[in-house]
Amino acid sequence: MEKIVSENSRLSERVATIQPSGIRRFFDLASKMENIISLGVGEPDFVTPWNVREASISSLERGFTAYSANAGILELREAIAHYMRTRFRVCYDPETEVLVTVGASEAIDIGMRSILNPGDEVIIVEPTFVSYAPLVKLAGGVPISVGTSAETNFEVRPADIEAVITDKTKAIMICYPNNPTGASISKEKLNQIADIVRKHELIVFSDEIYAELAYDHDHVCFSTLPDMKEQTIVINGFSKAFAMTGWRLGFVMAPPDLLAAMLKIHQYSLMCAPTMAQHGAIEAMENGMEDVAKMKLSYQQRRNYFVKTAKEIGLPCHKPDGAFYAFPSISHTGLTSEQFAEKLLMEERVAVVPGSVFGEGGEGHIRCSYATSLSNLEEALERIGNFLKRHTKNV
Amino acid sequence: MFDKKAYEILQIIEANGRMETNKLAKMVDLKPEDVDQYIKELEEKNIILSYSAVIDWAKVPVQETVTATIDVKVAPKRGVGFDEVAERIYRFPEVRALYLMSGAYDLSVVIEGKTMQETARFVSEKLSTIDSVLSTTTHFQLKTYKHDGVIFDKPDEDRRIVVSP
Repeated sequence: MEKIVSENSRLSERVATIQPSGIRRFFDLASKMENIISLGVGEPDFVTPWNVREASISSLERGFTAYSANAGILELREAIAHYMRTRFRVCYDPETEVLVTVGASEAIDIGMRSILNPGDEVIIVEPTFVSYAPLVKLAGGVPISVGTSAETNFEVRPADIEAVITDKTKAIMICYPNNPTGASISKEKLNQIADIVRKHELIVFSDEIYAELAYDHDHVCFSTLPDMKEQTIVINGFSKAFAMTGWRLGFVMAPPDLLAAMLKIHQYSLMCAPTMAQHGAIEAMENGMEDVAKMKLSYQQRRNYFVKTAKEIGLPCHKPDGAFYAFPSISHTGLTSEQFAEKLLMEERVAVVPGSVFGEGGEGHIRCSYATSLSNLEEALERIGNFLKRHTKNV
Repeated sequence: MFDKKAYEILQIIEANGRMETNKLAKMVDLKPEDVDQYIKELEEKNIILSYSAVIDWAKVPVQETVTATIDVKVAPKRGVGFDEVAERIYRFPEVRALYLMSGAYDLSVVIEGKTMQETARFVSEKLSTIDSVLSTTTHFQLKTYKHDGVIFDKPDEDRRIVVSP
């Protein structure tokens, strides 16, 4: 990719040096094939609950087709603040500490752009969502990765974070429950991270988009830890919990100075999130939790099924605690995760995502989304089992 | 024995009564023999009453039936209220469901017959002639859109792209 920079001077260096997403390549490959069973989908297999869709339709019928306030409809920000207060016991002022964004992705982007000066470093705990490092780079920062592994259930070791801190370190990016591993983190480990944050005066980006999809342990919102509210940018959204991926609606909560900076970028680049989507989101916040609970139970049951069956077919898999991903190990096949995913797609027509695209610690694994029907899971695992019989090395 | 796991098992087999024990056990994170035990007890306690399939009979060429919902006004009897007349009605094999209602009428009877005439005959000859029955209003079902929580004729395709972040 470095070559492109010199050859194509029309592009900004920041953009030219960023690799396209590794997921994209598998999408291109898989989308040309037929009869694929896809475990490559990073989104719910439910359609947005009807009451939410209905609220949005009603919003259109009533003619709410204009811009909303830049920060989002106040009623929605109030509903978000109420959710944070009742669900996690942390108070955010809807007027100055809550911003409705175009997806959680925008929240990460404007958060990075708000705090980073050229050369500032952001520690990213990996394997993780593919967008973090590119967004750091686009904001002029330098991503520094800290890997985790299946041996520690993909929980980051705080000492590993501390080891890479320099004078330029500005922030730490964490995401629990995690995409792609499904791992959660204990409150004890979060407190240790908080100690490091306090000591080095860092900012934490806590991506809590999967907070409602934590199965075995209650999710801990990072900003509820002692003194951490002032140091934390909490990112969340409607996509995963409420099955609203296509609505592109997220929200970010931060101390007023950081939020005001984010609002500046948001208002100049996007103006506001779509108004009719925001009306749907109000309904989701006020009356959507029962649906969330039902969807969560369904994911949990499919997780249980996936992990147990994976083990039976010789696919070692730690038990993910949240989100809807399993991250089984494929290292015993001797194939790289890219080779494994590509061969599996070609030979058995099962789409998974190679772990390597999610950064350090991801190699040797594949991401399987179990947000698909039980019959699909059953068939996919049978095919993976057949594949493993052919490709597992004799030890 | 009635706990969270029992509730989970019930929800799953309500949606799919044919789920194999092995698969069900994996989903609820129990051993297959424990699931069998749960189901046995739930059956014994009459919590699981029967296992049935939801069938779109309109698509089955040989079988044509008509379904009607009949609103029935009843004079309740001293001592037994509505229960005695309800029992007389639900014993008819044509009766698929029977509910005691609040509001404009007392009983809601769902019946199924082979033809509209057969259904009409049941109402006029059997139901209306029961002593306590004061009046009936019959509504024929024209089309089933949703039954027992299942949407009929719903396109079930996955609209998602094959691979996504």
